[in-house]
Amino acid sequence: MKQQIIVSGMGGQGALFLTRIIAQAGIEMGLETLTSETHGMAQRGGSVISTIKVGKFKSPLVRSRQADVGIFLHPDNLPVHGHLLRPGVRPLVNTPKPGEWFNLDATARATALGSPVFANLVLLGFGVAKQLLFCGPEAVEKTIAAISGEKFARPNLEAFRHGLEAS
Amino acid sequence: MTEKLLMGNEAIGRALVEAGCSFISAYPGTPSSEVLEAVVDNLEDAAGPLHVEWSTNEKVAYESALAASYTGKRAAVIMKQVGLNVAADPFARSTYIGVKGGFVVVVADDPGPHSSQNEQDTRLFALFAKAPVFDPSSPAEAREMVTEALELSERYELPVLLRPTTRICHSRQNITLRRPVDPGRRAAFEKNPGRWVATPAFLPGLHAELNRKLARIAGEKDLYPRAQGPHRARCAIVAAGIAYANLADLLDEMGLADQVTLYQVRLPYPLHADFSHSLAKTHEKILVVEETDAVIEMQLKGHNIHGRRDGTVPGHGELTPDLLQSVLVDFLDLSPATLEKAPAPARGRRPSLCPGCPHRASFYTIRKTFPKGIFPSDIGCYTLGLNLGAVDTCHCMGACISQGAGFYRAYAQDGNDFPTVVVTIGDSTFFHAGLPALVNAVVQKARIIVAILDNSTTAMTGQQPTPQHGILADGSPGGRVVIEDLVKACGIGFMEICDPYDIENLSLRLKEADRYIRRPDGGPAVIIARRPCLMDRSNPKARPRPIPVKFSADRCTGCGICVERFECPAISLDAEDKKARLDPVLCVSCGVCIQVCPAGAISENREDRS
Repeated sequence: MKQQIIVSGMGGQGALFLTRIIAQAGIEMGLETLTSETHGMAQRGGSVISTIKVGKFKSPLVRSRQADVGIFLHPDNLPVHGHLLRPGVRPLVNTPKPGEWFNLDATARATALGSPVFANLVLLGFGVAKQLLFCGPEAVEKTIAAISGEKFARPNLEAFRHGLEAS
Repeated sequence: MTEKLLMGNEAIGRALVEAGCSFISAYPGTPSSEVLEAVVDNLEDAAGPLHVEWSTNEKVAYESALAASYTGKRAAVIMKQVGLNVAADPFARSTYIGVKGGFVVVVADDPGPHSSQNEQDTRLFALFAKAPVFDPSSPAEAREMVTEALELSERYELPVLLRPTTRICHSRQNITLRRPVDPGRRAAFEKNPGRWVATPAFLPGLHAELNRKLARIAGEKDLYPRAQGPHRARCAIVAAGIAYANLADLLDEMGLADQVTLYQVRLPYPLHADFSHSLAKTHEKILVVEETDAVIEMQLKGHNIHGRRDGTVPGHGELTPDLLQSVLVDFLDLSPATLEKAPAPARGRRPSLCPGCPHRASFYTIRKTFPKGIFPSDIGCYTLGLNLGAVDTCHCMGACISQGAGFYRAYAQDGNDFPTVVVTIGDSTFFHAGLPALVNAVVQKARIIVAILDNSTTAMTGQQPTPQHGILADGSPGGRVVIEDLVKACGIGFMEICDPYDIENLSLRLKEADRYIRRPDGGPAVIIARRPCLMDRSNPKARPRPIPVKFSADRCTGCGICVERFECPAISLDAEDKKARLDPVLCVSCGVCIQVCPAGAISENREDRS
């Protein structure tokens, strides 16, 4: 199994948390896992990107037209990070607008669940249900429960399951 | 033991604990900040006593850890690349004098740069100061190199550098934890003035000894670069750090792994002597890829060496997989069709101060009060005051106060009518390097306003405590140093402490300060704009009393001041009717924008107190 994933968003949207969930699922499945993340100044509301590579890789970075999966927490980042997608790959985009992507208004759904901060997990659930990622719902739920901490484990799992059922 | 997904910085922090360090100090700075935090997270696992500290600055951090090593204990110091400039003084001498207990200097470089004021190469600094330097290509390797560096340091009694880059620091990888060891050291400082005091008379001998040590290290068998692929291919590539990892994947994906000899250099300085002499004779042509400068390249001898210096590799910047692919296509004379051309990506959204950030209110008020002022600023979140037109310069930690004084003098010597210079400096930056500059401004009678933006934390790098907190790195109570006490002790004749959310009051105090600096007996004035960072979850006072706001489309004139001058990410102008709109998801109900709108279109929403 080899898969290259990009997670694109604006600082503060929880791209880092989503990256950790997916990468941890890779480890749960016994896969070699690498990620790269954006920290520092860009985290203050600017465009950020994380990459996840599972399987036999040495570098965590993703070259243009090599990503097998694209998760976009903000549609404005499509022209910024879209070039990393392998031709033909339909990314997963948090937007009410349909297009050449799998769209879901994850922010609206998360707000209805209690807070827009859960949009990242709603979108992840949607993508897992569409079988875009190397990991299935069980592995992801296990890592959400393990990483979230006591206070957020339940709402995070709820958000993820809401996304699973949205497809 | 358990396998964990660790960030490069966490792997390094964990490794320092596993290797039995007794003293670890740091000053935060992207991309290095999480190393000491990881040490703190692993304190419970430490096999022996371990002191951790966020020091006032990198020089202090370096000197403290160095002395701990003099006693025979293992010690480490952590900083970002420009932090080593601050610690350059103790660093450059410490190679001559050496160490006792293993001493590893972790300096994180930022090729790109992603979050720094330059992309200087610490390996070049290592060469200058004559310190061995390791260059990891993955988090797992960084972990191994911590142990190797400490052992090398103890064997040669030398400080040894570990130089991860952003892509290592902020990568995650599955890593199996090891049980921390206790080297069982008791502090035993052996007096030896010829070494620890080392007056000039002793230095030629110490320098000669340092050269002998380096020559021996350059012959260490285990540090010979590791080769993969065919043994003596026509073309060879010498790579280090993340560039090595990128290249290994690239050769694999392009089906070239069996056509090129790929060497990984783990210790770029001193480069293995046999390698540097023989490589050019083994291969027809050789490409060197390394970040950020040509440190390995300049140590290789031969006319067939290509890299940064002859333009085969661009002379600056990060070596991304995309860039390396085009370098490889050129170097191996492959068909350019191999290159998968993609349209140039758009620039992403720029970062900005968070909604509700107290700095936004300060910057807005400073610019509004002094439309013709000059605004030197400094390093931190508040550099983003740039977006509000209230930051004119940013140089290095603490520079704004000295630069402000320089601006004032240059204008004042042309006549009496000098522009108001308002410098903005964060609380952590003030402690780090602002203090000597403030003393100097008093002595030199620099007529400037120093606005200390005190958000009670080191915000940009992840909320590390400042000396004002009285909290140590491990969360235990420590001593406390208060900014206003320091300001008074410096002999400042005008000081006011203000809440930046109260724009009218802050503006009045700024005007008073301006009158003070222009008095015949005036000098520098200080305004402390104090309100905690909203992102500081440890601070119960961080979240203000919510003042929900509503926007009246009838009253809004579309002047755009709330968007252009105040630059709140939660406010935008509607594309169609050009009226201000609030994004309720981003708004934190700080209520400051009510004071900003000249048309009175923003008001408190008394119905929404949720």
